[in-house]
Amino acid sequence: MVSPSLHATPTARDTAPALVTVRGLGIRYGAKVALQGVDLDIRRNEIFGIIGPANAGKTSFLRALNRMDEFVPHMQIDGTVTFAGRDVRTIRNLYALRSHIGVVFPLPVGLPLSIYDNVALSPRLRGERSKAVLDEIVERCLRRAALWDEVKDRLQGLGSLLSGGQQQRLTIARALSQEPELLLLDEFSIAVDPVTTMRIEEVLKELRRELTIVLVTNLVQQARRLADRTAFFLGGRCVEITPTERMFSGGATDPRTADYLEGRFG
Amino acid sequence: MTTVPSPFLPTAHEAGAYRWQSLVRFLFLSLTVLLLVPVLGILGVLVVEGAPAMTPSFFLDKPSKLGAAGGIWPALVGTIWLTAVALMVALPLGVAAAIYLAEYARDNWLTRLINLAIVNLAGVPSIVHALFGVGAFVYFLGFGESILAASCTLAVMTLPVVIVATRESLQAVPKAFREACWNMGASRWQTIWNIVLPNSVSGILTGLILVVCRAVGETAPIMFTGAVFLRMVAPESVFDRTMALSFHLYTVSTQVTEVPRAIPFAVALTLILVVLSMNALAIWFRMKLRGRKKW
Repeated sequence: MVSPSLHATPTARDTAPALVTVRGLGIRYGAKVALQGVDLDIRRNEIFGIIGPANAGKTSFLRALNRMDEFVPHMQIDGTVTFAGRDVRTIRNLYALRSHIGVVFPLPVGLPLSIYDNVALSPRLRGERSKAVLDEIVERCLRRAALWDEVKDRLQGLGSLLSGGQQQRLTIARALSQEPELLLLDEFSIAVDPVTTMRIEEVLKELRRELTIVLVTNLVQQARRLADRTAFFLGGRCVEITPTERMFSGGATDPRTADYLEGRFG
Repeated sequence: MTTVPSPFLPTAHEAGAYRWQSLVRFLFLSLTVLLLVPVLGILGVLVVEGAPAMTPSFFLDKPSKLGAAGGIWPALVGTIWLTAVALMVALPLGVAAAIYLAEYARDNWLTRLINLAIVNLAGVPSIVHALFGVGAFVYFLGFGESILAASCTLAVMTLPVVIVATRESLQAVPKAFREACWNMGASRWQTIWNIVLPNSVSGILTGLILVVCRAVGETAPIMFTGAVFLRMVAPESVFDRTMALSFHLYTVSTQVTEVPRAIPFAVALTLILVVLSMNALAIWFRMKLRGRKKW
């Protein structure tokens, strides 16, 4: 595999059509503006990092990608978001859109089903009935989420009774079981211990071969370790998008980004 | 030598707070215990007065002398019929309405109107429901005076409470579970079927049984819609008229002369036992369906 481009020279990847294009995106909750004027492209098979202080609009941005406004009260989306060439506002079948996008939120949600059923739920919703296929999916996804060894002997135990860190890895396994094209991770490591976080980060690096990841994180070092390009959000605006390597080696184009990276405000 | 004051000795203010706290606790405890008085009183009187009349033949025989003698078999079976049919009518209607309100309804004028209607329906006196039942089920739908008409009346009367109880069971399932499911691409119905209902079914069934059984103890709703003063045989279909324990209790205690003193007490005790055993069924359901805590 060709190592991802971290430099300004355009490669084939940089010019390939983006998986997600965002133009003039604004998000409001009632009268409160959470995000405005965001333009960016997320390329296929990249890890796109988003960093920024609280209330920067990072989570709202993720919500717009899979049309979560449908069930977040008073949420209004302006501008356009296209996913794989389709404007998400015009997609009638939102279930299909969401099944292509895996989401992991900061607080783990183990569904009140067995560990096995948690991971098998998405394939089953798609109509998969074969026990052998489901077994294979469950094992592969749990292994990738670095959870298999801990739960392989109790797959029938309740997923919602696992510890917080284990539930988060179960949530990741569940998102992977969707075989998504796009994976949205919103501060996935808050409830996970550092060692496991590292193991999951290794998995994410490998997953880049198969899918595209948007990583929202409060840990700027995590963005540095994982992201190909990093966006800095501040106060509801996207301040800059820069290849990660350059951003973290003093090449941030906006002085506010440099200030944030060095912890001078927050 | 000076004594160091212990930091754990209560100040005068704290000591006052403790005394006040003990007083309040005792007061609330005694008020709670007071609740037991009517329960024990009712049961005690019924058992003492009614138990001598409760022989096997009292349950299994048909009534004679207008209820002043003989047994209550047709009324006992009739009450069970009414309960079962009312449950079967209230379950689909109440659960469907509650699922709509809890899972699908947006906050708009229609939803607010429906909620207002539910609250108001719950406040309608049972005799008014009875007259509605006569008009709607006995005449308009042509059920005639029958178990079906009486049970439908009971179901309509209990629907508001069934809907509210069911909606609360549904809403007790955390929203995060639903969002996690929706984000996987599950439809609303797939989410309800896979996650919400399995985790609220025990609450729904328990609420339903408690509410409907309570209604079956009522006399007014069935008086004009299907209950009869005397019928020598137990009902055989939902289109039969039937005797019912509650109505039978009303007649033997007020309408029939020269009833032995023990009979009304025995009928009342039987009615309570029927309702209590239904409640026991509801509790058994709850324990069976929710044997383990899921989150």
